[in-house]
Amino acid sequence: MSINGRAFLAGAFEHPGRELPNDSLAQIHATVCLGALADAGLTMEDVDGYFCGNDAAGAGWISMADYMGLRNLRYMDATESGGASPIYHVSHAAAAIAAGKCSVALVSLAGKPRTGIQPGGGGPVVPEDGFEGRMYGVVGSTSTYALAARRHMYEYGTTSEQLAEIKVAATIHASHNPNAFLRKVLTVEDVVNSPLIADPLHRADCCVITDGGGAVVVVSPEIAASLPRASVKILGSGEAGKIVNGGRTDLTYSSAVWSAPRAFAEAGVTPADVDYVSIYDSFTITVLMMLEDLGFCEKGEGGRFVQDGALVAPFGRLPFNTDGGGLANNHPGHRGGITKLIEAVRQLRDEANEGVQVPDCQIALVHGNGGDLGTRMRSATMILGREDS
Amino acid sequence: MTTVRTDSALPVPAPIINPDTAEYWAATLEGRLLITRCSQCGEASWYPRPICPFCHSTDTVLEQASGRGTVYTFSVVRKVPGPWAKAAPYVLAYVELEEGPRMMTNIVDCPVEDVSIGAPVEVAFFDTGEGSALPRFRLVDA
Repeated sequence: MSINGRAFLAGAFEHPGRELPNDSLAQIHATVCLGALADAGLTMEDVDGYFCGNDAAGAGWISMADYMGLRNLRYMDATESGGASPIYHVSHAAAAIAAGKCSVALVSLAGKPRTGIQPGGGGPVVPEDGFEGRMYGVVGSTSTYALAARRHMYEYGTTSEQLAEIKVAATIHASHNPNAFLRKVLTVEDVVNSPLIADPLHRADCCVITDGGGAVVVVSPEIAASLPRASVKILGSGEAGKIVNGGRTDLTYSSAVWSAPRAFAEAGVTPADVDYVSIYDSFTITVLMMLEDLGFCEKGEGGRFVQDGALVAPFGRLPFNTDGGGLANNHPGHRGGITKLIEAVRQLRDEANEGVQVPDCQIALVHGNGGDLGTRMRSATMILGREDS
Repeated sequence: MTTVRTDSALPVPAPIINPDTAEYWAATLEGRLLITRCSQCGEASWYPRPICPFCHSTDTVLEQASGRGTVYTFSVVRKVPGPWAKAAPYVLAYVELEEGPRMMTNIVDCPVEDVSIGAPVEVAFFDTGEGSALPRFRLVDA
Protein backbone atom coordinates (compact mmCIF):
# COMPACT_ATOMS: atom_id res chain seq x y z
CA MET A 1 0.00 0.00 0.00
CA SER A 2 1.28 3.44 -0.88
CA ILE A 3 0.43 6.73 0.82
CA ASN A 4 0.76 8.60 -2.49
CA GLY A 5 -2.37 10.72 -2.84
CA ARG A 6 -4.04 9.05 0.16
CA ALA A 7 -3.56 11.96 2.58
CA PHE A 8 -3.21 15.74 2.45
CA LEU A 9 -1.72 18.46 4.61
CA ALA A 10 -4.73 20.72 5.13
CA GLY A 11 -3.42 23.10 7.77
CA ALA A 12 -0.12 24.47 9.03
CA PHE A 13 0.76 27.00 11.68
CA GLU A 14 4.04 28.32 13.08
CA HIS A 15 3.98 30.16 16.39
CA PRO A 16 5.05 33.76 15.70
CA GLY A 17 6.94 33.96 19.02
CA ARG A 18 10.63 33.27 19.51
CA GLU A 19 10.87 34.11 23.23
CA LEU A 20 7.87 32.94 25.26
CA PRO A 21 8.70 33.23 28.97
CA ASN A 22 5.05 33.53 29.99
CA ASP A 23 3.67 30.58 28.01
CA SER A 24 3.74 27.06 29.41
CA LEU A 25 5.02 24.29 27.17
CA ALA A 26 1.57 22.73 26.98
CA GLN A 27 0.10 26.12 26.12
CA ILE A 28 2.46 26.50 23.16
CA HIS A 29 1.39 23.07 21.87
CA ALA A 30 -2.25 24.09 22.22
CA THR A 31 -1.71 27.44 20.53
CA VAL A 32 -0.10 25.90 17.47
CA CYS A 33 -2.68 23.11 17.29
CA LEU A 34 -5.50 25.65 17.32
CA GLY A 35 -3.66 27.66 14.70
CA ALA A 36 -3.17 24.73 12.36
CA LEU A 37 -6.79 23.60 12.75
CA ALA A 38 -8.06 27.13 12.08
CA ASP A 39 -5.83 27.28 9.00
CA ALA A 40 -7.43 24.06 7.77
CA GLY A 41 -10.97 25.14 8.63
CA LEU A 42 -11.32 22.41 11.26
CA THR A 43 -11.75 22.26 15.04
CA MET A 44 -10.51 20.15 17.95
CA GLU A 45 -13.79 18.22 17.73
CA ASP A 46 -12.83 17.01 14.24
CA VAL A 47 -9.50 15.57 15.38
CA ASP A 48 -9.38 11.78 15.66
CA GLY A 49 -5.62 11.29 15.42
CA TYR A 50 -2.85 12.97 17.45
CA PHE A 51 0.92 12.75 17.06
CA CYS A 52 3.71 14.22 19.20
CA GLY A 53 7.30 13.51 20.24
CA ASN A 54 9.24 13.77 23.48
CA ASP A 55 8.91 17.55 23.37
CA ALA A 56 5.26 17.24 24.44
CA ALA A 57 4.48 18.16 28.01
CA GLY A 58 3.69 15.33 30.41
CA ALA A 59 3.17 11.65 29.75
CA GLY A 60 3.33 11.67 25.98
CA TRP A 61 0.21 12.15 23.88
CA ILE A 62 -2.31 11.50 26.67
CA SER A 63 -1.31 14.54 28.72
CA MET A 64 -1.59 16.80 25.69
CA ALA A 65 -4.91 15.21 24.67
CA ASP A 66 -6.16 15.84 28.18
CA TYR A 67 -4.91 19.45 28.21
CA MET A 68 -6.43 20.29 24.85
CA GLY A 69 -9.65 18.30 25.32
CA LEU A 70 -9.11 15.87 22.45
CA ARG A 71 -11.89 13.44 23.29
CA ASN A 72 -12.45 11.80 19.90
CA LEU A 73 -9.02 10.23 19.38
CA ARG A 74 -8.83 6.80 17.79
CA TYR A 75 -5.22 6.83 16.52
CA MET A 76 -2.23 8.08 18.52
CA ASP A 77 1.51 7.90 17.96
CA ALA A 78 4.34 9.31 20.08
CA THR A 79 7.22 8.22 17.84
CA GLU A 80 10.35 9.94 19.09
CA SER A 81 12.92 10.64 16.40
CA GLY A 82 14.54 13.83 17.57
CA GLY A 83 14.09 16.87 15.40
CA ALA A 84 12.85 14.69 12.55
CA SER A 85 9.87 13.50 14.63
CA PRO A 86 7.12 15.58 12.97
CA ILE A 87 8.09 14.27 9.52
CA TYR A 88 7.76 10.74 10.87
CA HIS A 89 4.43 11.76 12.36
CA VAL A 90 3.04 13.07 9.08
CA SER A 91 4.21 9.91 7.33
CA HIS A 92 2.62 7.70 9.97
CA ALA A 93 -0.55 9.79 9.95
CA ALA A 94 -0.81 9.40 6.18
CA ALA A 95 -0.45 5.62 6.53
CA ALA A 96 -3.07 5.56 9.29
CA ILE A 97 -5.46 7.64 7.18
CA ALA A 98 -4.86 5.41 4.16
CA ALA A 99 -5.69 2.41 6.36
CA GLY A 100 -8.87 4.04 7.62
CA LYS A 101 -7.62 4.37 11.19
CA CYS A 102 -8.32 8.11 11.40
CA SER A 103 -9.25 10.98 9.10
CA VAL A 104 -8.06 14.19 10.79
CA ALA A 105 -4.62 13.88 12.35
CA LEU A 106 -2.97 16.64 14.33
CA VAL A 107 0.84 16.84 14.67
CA SER A 108 2.45 19.29 17.09
CA LEU A 109 5.92 20.28 18.26
CA ALA A 110 6.90 22.93 20.81
CA GLY A 111 9.67 23.88 23.18
CA LYS A 112 11.14 26.74 25.14
CA PRO A 113 14.89 26.28 25.37
CA ARG A 114 15.42 30.07 25.56
CA THR A 115 13.29 30.73 28.60
CA GLY A 116 12.41 27.39 30.19
CA ILE A 117 13.50 23.84 30.66
CA GLN A 118 13.42 21.30 27.88
CA PRO A 119 11.78 17.93 28.53
CA GLY A 120 12.62 14.73 26.73
CA GLY A 121 16.00 13.56 25.55
CA GLY A 122 17.68 10.30 26.37
CA GLY A 123 17.21 8.40 29.59
CA PRO A 124 19.96 8.13 32.19
CA VAL A 125 21.02 4.62 31.19
CA VAL A 126 21.39 4.47 27.43
CA PRO A 127 23.59 1.53 26.40
CA GLU A 128 26.33 3.68 24.89
CA ASP A 129 26.69 5.76 28.06
CA GLY A 130 30.27 5.64 29.21
CA PHE A 131 31.70 5.33 25.71
CA GLU A 132 30.91 8.66 24.06
CA GLY A 133 29.11 11.93 24.62
CA ARG A 134 29.32 13.32 28.14
CA MET A 135 32.47 11.32 28.93
CA TYR A 136 34.48 13.30 26.39
CA GLY A 137 33.11 16.79 26.71
CA VAL A 138 30.26 16.61 24.21
CA VAL A 139 27.79 19.27 25.36
CA GLY A 140 24.99 19.86 22.86
CA SER A 141 25.63 18.82 19.28
CA THR A 142 28.12 21.29 17.83
CA SER A 143 31.27 19.31 18.61
CA THR A 144 30.01 16.01 17.19
CA TYR A 145 28.71 17.67 14.03
CA ALA A 146 32.14 19.28 13.86
CA LEU A 147 33.67 15.79 13.74
CA ALA A 148 31.62 15.08 10.61
CA ALA A 149 32.47 18.47 9.10
CA ARG A 150 36.21 17.94 9.64
CA ARG A 151 36.14 14.52 8.00
CA HIS A 152 34.13 15.90 5.07
CA MET A 153 36.74 18.63 4.58
CA TYR A 154 39.52 16.05 4.76
CA GLU A 155 37.96 13.67 2.24
CA TYR A 156 36.43 16.12 -0.23
CA GLY A 157 38.16 19.47 0.20
CA THR A 158 35.04 21.18 1.53
CA THR A 159 35.82 24.64 2.94
CA SER A 160 34.44 26.85 5.69
CA GLU A 161 33.59 29.42 3.03
CA GLN A 162 31.40 26.88 1.24
CA LEU A 163 29.62 26.02 4.48
CA ALA A 164 29.13 29.74 5.08
CA GLU A 165 27.24 30.08 1.78
CA ILE A 166 24.46 28.01 3.36
CA LYS A 167 24.13 30.40 6.30
CA VAL A 168 24.23 33.38 3.97
CA ALA A 169 21.32 31.97 1.92
CA ALA A 170 19.33 31.34 5.11
CA THR A 171 19.84 34.89 6.33
CA ILE A 172 18.82 36.33 2.96
CA HIS A 173 15.57 34.38 3.29
CA ALA A 174 15.08 35.39 6.91
CA SER A 175 15.38 39.05 5.97
CA HIS A 176 12.02 38.61 4.20
CA ASN A 177 10.42 37.02 7.29
CA PRO A 178 9.13 39.53 9.87
CA ASN A 179 9.05 36.80 12.56
CA ALA A 180 12.59 35.53 11.98
CA PHE A 181 14.94 35.47 14.96
CA LEU A 182 17.87 36.74 12.87
CA ARG A 183 16.95 39.32 10.27
CA LYS A 184 20.40 40.65 9.41
CA VAL A 185 21.85 39.38 6.14
CA LEU A 186 25.30 37.89 6.77
CA THR A 187 28.19 37.60 4.35
CA VAL A 188 30.59 34.68 3.97
CA GLU A 189 33.16 36.81 5.80
CA ASP A 190 30.73 37.41 8.68
CA VAL A 191 30.24 33.67 9.07
CA VAL A 192 33.87 32.59 8.91
CA ASN A 193 34.91 35.47 11.18
CA SER A 194 32.37 34.55 13.86
CA PRO A 195 33.91 32.76 16.86
CA LEU A 196 34.83 29.11 16.52
CA ILE A 197 32.62 27.02 18.80
CA ALA A 198 34.03 23.60 17.91
CA ASP A 199 36.23 23.92 14.90
CA PRO A 200 35.65 23.83 12.01
CA LEU A 201 32.17 25.07 13.00
CA HIS A 202 31.74 28.75 13.87
CA ARG A 203 28.97 30.34 15.87
CA ALA A 204 27.25 31.36 12.62
CA ASP A 205 27.39 27.77 11.34
CA CYS A 206 24.92 26.90 14.10
CA CYS A 207 21.15 27.26 14.20
CA VAL A 208 19.36 29.72 16.46
CA ILE A 209 17.96 28.87 19.90
CA THR A 210 14.28 29.82 20.09
CA ASP A 211 11.11 29.13 22.02
CA GLY A 212 8.01 28.39 20.01
CA GLY A 213 6.50 25.60 17.99
CA GLY A 214 4.27 24.62 15.13
CA ALA A 215 1.63 22.17 14.04
CA VAL A 216 0.18 20.65 10.90
CA VAL A 217 -3.07 18.86 10.14
CA VAL A 218 -3.16 15.74 7.95
CA VAL A 219 -6.52 14.72 6.49
CA SER A 220 -8.12 12.19 4.17
CA PRO A 221 -8.70 13.06 0.49
CA GLU A 222 -12.44 13.36 1.14
CA ILE A 223 -11.97 15.90 3.92
CA ALA A 224 -9.33 17.79 1.93
CA ALA A 225 -11.79 18.14 -0.94
CA SER A 226 -14.43 19.54 1.44
CA LEU A 227 -12.24 22.30 2.86
CA PRO A 228 -12.04 25.81 1.40
CA ARG A 229 -8.26 26.18 1.67
CA ALA A 230 -5.77 24.64 -0.72
CA SER A 231 -4.30 21.45 0.66
CA VAL A 232 -0.92 19.90 -0.06
CA LYS A 233 -0.78 16.35 -1.39
CA ILE A 234 1.51 13.84 0.29
CA LEU A 235 3.25 12.01 -2.54
CA GLY A 236 5.69 9.80 -0.68
CA SER A 237 7.86 9.31 2.37
CA GLY A 238 10.87 7.32 3.44
CA GLU A 239 12.46 6.53 6.77
CA ALA A 240 15.83 5.16 7.74
CA GLY A 241 18.29 4.98 10.59
CA LYS A 242 22.07 4.92 10.59
CA ILE A 243 23.77 3.12 13.43
CA VAL A 244 27.31 3.53 14.70
CA ASN A 245 27.70 -0.04 13.47
CA GLY A 246 29.97 -1.63 16.01
CA GLY A 247 32.67 0.96 15.56
CA ARG A 248 32.78 0.92 11.76
CA THR A 249 31.95 4.58 12.06
CA ASP A 250 31.83 6.53 8.78
CA LEU A 251 30.88 10.17 9.27
CA THR A 252 30.80 11.09 5.59
CA TYR A 253 27.15 10.21 4.97
CA SER A 254 23.77 10.14 6.72
CA SER A 255 20.78 7.81 6.64
CA ALA A 256 19.22 10.14 4.05
CA VAL A 257 21.00 7.93 1.50
CA TRP A 258 18.34 5.32 2.32
CA SER A 259 15.29 7.41 3.28
CA ALA A 260 15.41 9.61 0.17
CA PRO A 261 15.26 6.85 -2.48
CA ARG A 262 12.29 5.34 -0.63
CA ALA A 263 10.46 8.67 -0.70
CA PHE A 264 11.29 9.39 -4.34
CA ALA A 265 10.17 5.89 -5.38
CA GLU A 266 6.83 6.22 -3.61
CA ALA A 267 6.28 9.68 -5.07
CA GLY A 268 7.35 8.65 -8.56
CA VAL A 269 9.61 11.67 -8.94
CA THR A 270 13.36 12.33 -9.04
CA PRO A 271 15.57 15.02 -7.51
CA ALA A 272 15.44 16.87 -10.84
CA ASP A 273 11.66 17.32 -10.36
CA VAL A 274 12.02 19.11 -7.00
CA ASP A 275 11.32 22.86 -7.05
CA TYR A 276 11.89 23.62 -3.35
CA VAL A 277 13.57 21.85 -0.42
CA SER A 278 13.09 22.16 3.32
CA ILE A 279 16.17 20.58 4.90
CA TYR A 280 16.59 20.41 8.65
CA ASP A 281 19.52 22.77 9.14
CA SER A 282 20.84 22.21 12.63
CA PHE A 283 24.23 23.29 11.29
CA THR A 284 25.54 24.33 7.88
CA ILE A 285 27.29 20.97 7.51
CA THR A 286 23.94 19.19 7.95
CA VAL A 287 22.51 20.90 4.87
CA LEU A 288 25.63 20.29 2.81
CA MET A 289 25.69 16.58 3.56
CA MET A 290 21.93 16.22 3.02
CA LEU A 291 22.15 17.82 -0.43
CA GLU A 292 24.56 15.03 -1.35
CA ASP A 293 22.69 12.23 0.40
CA LEU A 294 19.26 13.29 -0.93
CA GLY A 295 20.64 13.04 -4.46
CA PHE A 296 20.89 16.68 -5.51
CA CYS A 297 24.63 16.32 -6.17
CA GLU A 298 27.33 13.66 -6.01
CA LYS A 299 28.95 12.76 -2.70
CA GLY A 300 31.68 15.26 -1.98
CA GLU A 301 30.27 17.88 -4.37
CA GLY A 302 28.07 19.64 -1.78
CA GLY A 303 30.56 22.43 -1.25
CA ARG A 304 30.69 23.30 -4.91
CA PHE A 305 26.89 22.87 -5.24
CA VAL A 306 26.09 25.60 -2.71
CA GLN A 307 28.40 28.20 -4.21
CA ASP A 308 27.10 31.05 -6.33
CA GLY A 309 23.72 31.32 -4.62
CA ALA A 310 22.31 27.93 -5.64
CA LEU A 311 20.13 27.79 -2.53
CA VAL A 312 18.83 31.37 -2.68
CA ALA A 313 15.16 31.89 -3.56
CA PRO A 314 13.48 32.54 -5.80
CA PHE A 315 15.88 31.94 -8.68
CA GLY A 316 18.65 29.69 -7.33
CA ARG A 317 18.96 26.17 -8.74
CA LEU A 318 17.47 24.70 -5.57
CA PRO A 319 15.85 27.22 -3.20
CA PHE A 320 15.93 25.93 0.40
CA ASN A 321 14.41 26.92 3.75
CA THR A 322 12.80 30.10 2.48
CA ASP A 323 11.56 31.04 5.97
CA GLY A 324 15.19 31.38 7.03
CA GLY A 325 15.26 27.85 8.45
CA GLY A 326 16.75 26.88 11.75
CA LEU A 327 19.89 28.76 10.82
CA ALA A 328 18.12 32.14 10.92
CA ASN A 329 14.38 31.93 11.55
CA ASN A 330 13.29 29.42 14.18
CA HIS A 331 14.43 26.21 15.88
CA PRO A 332 11.73 25.65 18.52
CA GLY A 333 12.70 23.18 21.20
CA HIS A 334 16.00 22.45 19.43
CA ARG A 335 13.91 20.60 16.84
CA GLY A 336 13.64 21.57 13.19
CA GLY A 337 11.11 19.14 11.77
CA ILE A 338 7.83 21.02 12.06
CA THR A 339 9.03 24.32 10.60
CA LYS A 340 10.35 22.42 7.58
CA LEU A 341 6.90 20.98 6.89
CA ILE A 342 5.21 24.34 7.42
CA GLU A 343 7.41 26.24 4.97
CA ALA A 344 6.93 23.54 2.32
CA VAL A 345 3.16 23.92 2.74
CA ARG A 346 3.54 27.69 2.32
CA GLN A 347 5.56 27.25 -0.87
CA LEU A 348 3.07 24.80 -2.40
CA ARG A 349 0.21 27.15 -1.55
CA ASP A 350 2.07 30.15 -3.02
CA GLU A 351 2.02 31.71 0.45
CA ALA A 352 5.73 32.12 1.15
CA ASN A 353 7.00 35.56 2.10
CA GLU A 354 7.24 38.13 -0.65
CA GLY A 355 10.60 37.87 -2.33
CA VAL A 356 11.16 34.16 -1.61
CA GLN A 357 8.16 32.48 -3.23
CA VAL A 358 9.46 29.97 -5.78
CA PRO A 359 7.66 30.56 -9.09
CA ASP A 360 5.40 27.69 -10.17
CA CYS A 361 6.40 25.58 -7.17
CA GLN A 362 4.98 22.12 -7.90
CA ILE A 363 7.10 19.62 -5.96
CA ALA A 364 8.72 20.12 -2.55
CA LEU A 365 10.98 17.84 -0.56
CA VAL A 366 11.10 17.92 3.25
CA HIS A 367 13.93 16.20 5.08
CA GLY A 368 14.68 15.83 8.75
CA ASN A 369 17.80 14.48 10.42
CA GLY A 370 17.01 13.45 13.98
CA GLY A 371 20.02 12.57 16.07
CA ASP A 372 23.62 13.27 15.37
CA LEU A 373 25.78 13.31 12.24
CA GLY A 374 28.66 12.43 14.56
CA THR A 375 27.14 9.22 15.94
CA ARG A 376 23.72 7.68 15.17
CA MET A 377 20.72 9.28 13.52
CA ARG A 378 17.20 8.93 12.15
CA SER A 379 16.16 10.26 8.76
CA ALA A 380 12.73 11.06 7.39
CA THR A 381 12.20 12.31 3.84
CA MET A 382 8.84 13.44 2.47
CA ILE A 383 7.79 14.51 -1.01
CA LEU A 384 4.86 16.91 -1.30
CA GLY A 385 2.92 18.30 -4.23
CA ARG A 386 0.15 20.76 -4.89
CA GLU A 387 -3.39 19.64 -4.14
CA ASP A 388 -4.09 18.98 -7.81
CA SER A 389 -0.74 17.36 -8.58
CA MET B 1 50.92 -1.99 31.30
CA THR B 2 50.15 1.68 31.51
CA THR B 3 49.41 3.20 34.85
CA VAL B 4 46.18 4.94 35.67
CA ARG B 5 46.74 8.67 35.90
CA THR B 6 45.22 11.17 38.26
CA ASP B 7 46.61 14.30 36.57
CA SER B 8 43.84 14.96 34.04
CA ALA B 9 43.53 18.47 32.66
CA LEU B 10 39.95 17.59 31.60
CA PRO B 11 36.96 16.55 33.70
CA VAL B 12 36.87 12.77 34.21
CA PRO B 13 33.20 11.74 34.35
CA ALA B 14 32.36 8.33 35.76
CA PRO B 15 30.35 5.87 33.67
CA ILE B 16 27.25 4.07 34.88
CA ILE B 17 28.59 0.52 35.08
CA ASN B 18 26.15 -2.25 34.16
CA PRO B 19 26.43 -6.04 33.68
CA ASP B 20 27.39 -5.55 30.02
CA THR B 21 30.37 -3.39 30.87
CA ALA B 22 31.64 -4.39 34.34
CA GLU B 23 34.56 -6.44 32.96
CA TYR B 24 35.54 -3.65 30.58
CA TRP B 25 35.63 -1.01 33.31
CA ALA B 26 37.47 -3.28 35.76
CA ALA B 27 40.25 -3.66 33.18
CA THR B 28 40.58 0.09 32.82
CA LEU B 29 41.76 0.27 36.43
CA GLU B 30 44.68 -1.92 35.34
CA GLY B 31 45.39 0.29 32.35
CA ARG B 32 44.04 -2.23 29.85
CA LEU B 33 41.72 -1.37 26.94
CA LEU B 34 39.32 -4.20 26.08
CA ILE B 35 37.28 -4.55 22.91
CA THR B 36 34.62 -7.08 21.98
CA ARG B 37 35.71 -9.92 19.68
CA CYS B 38 33.10 -12.24 18.23
CA SER B 39 33.94 -15.92 18.54
CA GLN B 40 31.65 -16.73 15.61
CA CYS B 41 32.51 -14.19 12.90
CA GLY B 42 35.82 -13.02 14.35
CA GLU B 43 35.03 -9.31 14.04
CA ALA B 44 36.10 -6.73 16.60
CA SER B 45 33.42 -4.25 17.65
CA TRP B 46 32.93 -1.16 19.79
CA TYR B 47 31.38 -0.27 22.27
CA PRO B 48 31.54 -3.32 24.58
CA ARG B 49 28.39 -5.46 24.63
CA PRO B 50 27.69 -9.19 24.75
CA ILE B 51 26.00 -9.38 21.32
CA CYS B 52 28.04 -9.08 18.11
CA PRO B 53 26.47 -6.22 16.11
CA PHE B 54 27.68 -7.81 12.86
CA CYS B 55 26.57 -11.47 13.01
CA HIS B 56 24.35 -11.13 16.12
CA SER B 57 26.01 -14.02 17.90
CA THR B 58 26.11 -13.83 21.69
CA ASP B 59 29.32 -15.88 21.70
CA THR B 60 31.67 -12.96 22.28
CA VAL B 61 34.70 -12.25 24.43
CA LEU B 62 36.45 -9.12 25.58
CA GLU B 63 40.05 -9.09 24.42
CA GLN B 64 42.85 -6.68 25.11
CA ALA B 65 43.45 -4.13 22.38
CA SER B 66 46.94 -2.83 21.63
CA GLY B 67 45.89 0.65 22.71
CA ARG B 68 47.37 2.12 19.55
CA GLY B 69 45.59 3.74 16.63
CA THR B 70 45.25 6.84 14.46
CA VAL B 71 43.05 9.94 14.51
CA TYR B 72 40.01 9.44 12.21
CA THR B 73 38.58 12.92 12.81
CA PHE B 74 38.65 15.57 15.53
CA SER B 75 37.33 18.94 16.65
CA VAL B 76 38.91 21.54 18.90
CA VAL B 77 36.10 22.44 21.27
CA ARG B 78 36.52 26.12 22.16
CA LYS B 79 33.25 27.31 23.64
CA VAL B 80 31.10 25.08 25.78
CA PRO B 81 28.82 25.63 28.79
CA GLY B 82 29.08 23.88 32.15
CA PRO B 83 31.94 22.04 33.86
CA TRP B 84 33.94 21.61 30.65
CA ALA B 85 34.15 25.37 30.02
CA LYS B 86 37.38 25.89 31.92
CA ALA B 87 38.98 22.90 30.17
CA ALA B 88 38.51 24.49 26.73
CA PRO B 89 40.10 24.38 24.27
CA TYR B 90 40.20 20.59 24.21
CA VAL B 91 40.18 17.96 21.47
CA LEU B 92 37.22 15.66 20.83
CA ALA B 93 38.08 12.89 18.40
CA TYR B 94 37.41 9.50 16.94
CA VAL B 95 40.42 7.20 17.09
CA GLU B 96 40.63 4.22 14.76
CA LEU B 97 42.09 1.40 16.82
CA GLU B 98 44.64 -0.95 15.27
CA GLU B 99 42.01 -3.68 15.61
CA GLY B 100 39.62 -1.69 13.38
CA PRO B 101 36.85 -0.12 15.46
CA ARG B 102 36.67 3.66 15.79
CA MET B 103 35.94 5.05 19.27
CA MET B 104 35.07 8.51 20.49
CA THR B 105 37.66 9.96 22.86
CA ASN B 106 39.83 12.97 23.65
CA ILE B 107 43.37 13.64 22.45
CA VAL B 108 45.37 14.97 25.41
CA ASP B 109 48.87 15.95 26.55
CA CYS B 110 49.58 18.20 23.56
CA PRO B 111 48.82 21.67 22.19
CA VAL B 112 45.48 21.42 20.36
CA GLU B 113 47.15 22.71 17.18
CA ASP B 114 49.30 19.57 16.99
CA VAL B 115 46.39 17.18 16.30
CA SER B 116 45.72 16.09 12.72
CA ILE B 117 43.76 13.37 10.92
CA GLY B 118 45.91 10.27 10.56
CA ALA B 119 48.21 11.10 13.47
CA PRO B 120 49.33 8.02 15.45
CA VAL B 121 48.13 7.85 19.05
CA GLU B 122 48.22 5.57 22.09
CA VAL B 123 45.84 5.15 24.99
CA ALA B 124 46.22 6.67 28.46
CA PHE B 125 43.84 6.05 31.35
CA PHE B 126 42.52 8.63 33.80
CA ASP B 127 40.99 7.68 37.14
CA THR B 128 37.34 8.65 37.57
CA GLY B 129 37.59 8.07 41.33
CA GLU B 130 34.54 5.81 41.13
CA GLY B 131 35.97 2.40 40.29
CA SER B 132 36.81 3.08 36.64
CA ALA B 133 39.33 4.85 34.43
CA LEU B 134 38.57 6.74 31.24
CA PRO B 135 40.60 5.97 28.09
CA ARG B 136 41.98 8.98 26.27
CA PHE B 137 44.75 9.14 23.70
CA ARG B 138 48.04 10.97 23.29
CA LEU B 139 50.09 11.64 20.18
CA VAL B 140 53.10 9.38 19.62
CA ASP B 141 55.83 9.24 17.00
CA ALA B 142 54.94 7.14 13.96
